[in-house]
Amino acid sequence: MIAGHFNYWVVIVLMMMGFYIVVSDSNLIKKIIGLNVFQTSVFVLFISMSKVKGGTAPILTEEASLYSNPLPHVLILTAIVVGVSTSALGLALISRIHRAYGTVDETLIHEQDETQDEA
Amino acid sequence: MDIAILVNFSLLTLMMLVVVVLIRLKSLLGVALTNGIYSLLSAGLFVTMDAVDVAFTEAAVGAGITTVLLLGTIAVTGMEQTVSRHGKFLPLVVIFITGAALIYGTLDMPPFGDPKAPIHTHVAPHYLTESTNEIGIPNVVTSVLASYRGYDTLGEVIVIFTAAIGVLLLLGKTVGKRNK
Repeated sequence: MIAGHFNYWVVIVLMMMGFYIVVSDSNLIKKIIGLNVFQTSVFVLFISMSKVKGGTAPILTEEASLYSNPLPHVLILTAIVVGVSTSALGLALISRIHRAYGTVDETLIHEQDETQDEA
Repeated sequence: MDIAILVNFSLLTLMMLVVVVLIRLKSLLGVALTNGIYSLLSAGLFVTMDAVDVAFTEAAVGAGITTVLLLGTIAVTGMEQTVSRHGKFLPLVVIFITGAALIYGTLDMPPFGDPKAPIHTHVAPHYLTESTNEIGIPNVVTSVLASYRGYDTLGEVIVIFTAAIGVLLLLGKTVGKRNK
């Protein structure tokens, strides 16, 4: 039971730690990194499901007869690249925010907005 | 115990330690580099789980390009993390409830490496047995990526293209417009 589900549980711990960074940290760059942690843990979940005990990498050869499932590998290949492009977009937004507000901290940005509203 | 399982366990434990360090670090430069280490460890983990194509994509794109992008952004915005965090209590409650629900969900999942799991009995056997005749490439991941699920890859290209346009629009020079 423990050996059979250890991967899944570690994935959930990693996922929740990434989620914690996103929710609790006020620095926008760190929030993006939290999302990255979350995302990579989902990749580990998918690849864990594709593993077959005693299997080998899904490259067909004469010697091997048991292969791991190739479909999750393909899905995760796509997800990795999409993940990088979304973080690139997020980071571009952050540097644009830095140009406008002079900070990348959520709390300070909110304070600036409040004082502008009063003025 | 199998040596692969042992490597698997130690890599997962290392990943958890790295994320704990990530949460506690104050310097953004340190955080960006630790994130690279985390990606590299996950790439190692993918190799032990037979996903070699995913492993080198993660090592190149996840650990490489993401770190470069992060360092580029930090170079613009400055390294130090200024203000304190929000309250810590509410986020902890939320993640514990979510985590408990997810762990309850995993109890129904087939054990790790089980060859009889539903995921291995649907379309995957077709890819493994027929792709030699239908596509003729030994690497099944390539034939699924480029042929059986080619539309997914087309969608991926569209996403990258959109993201690239977005980045260019956000970072492009706005000086001319501002002067109007």
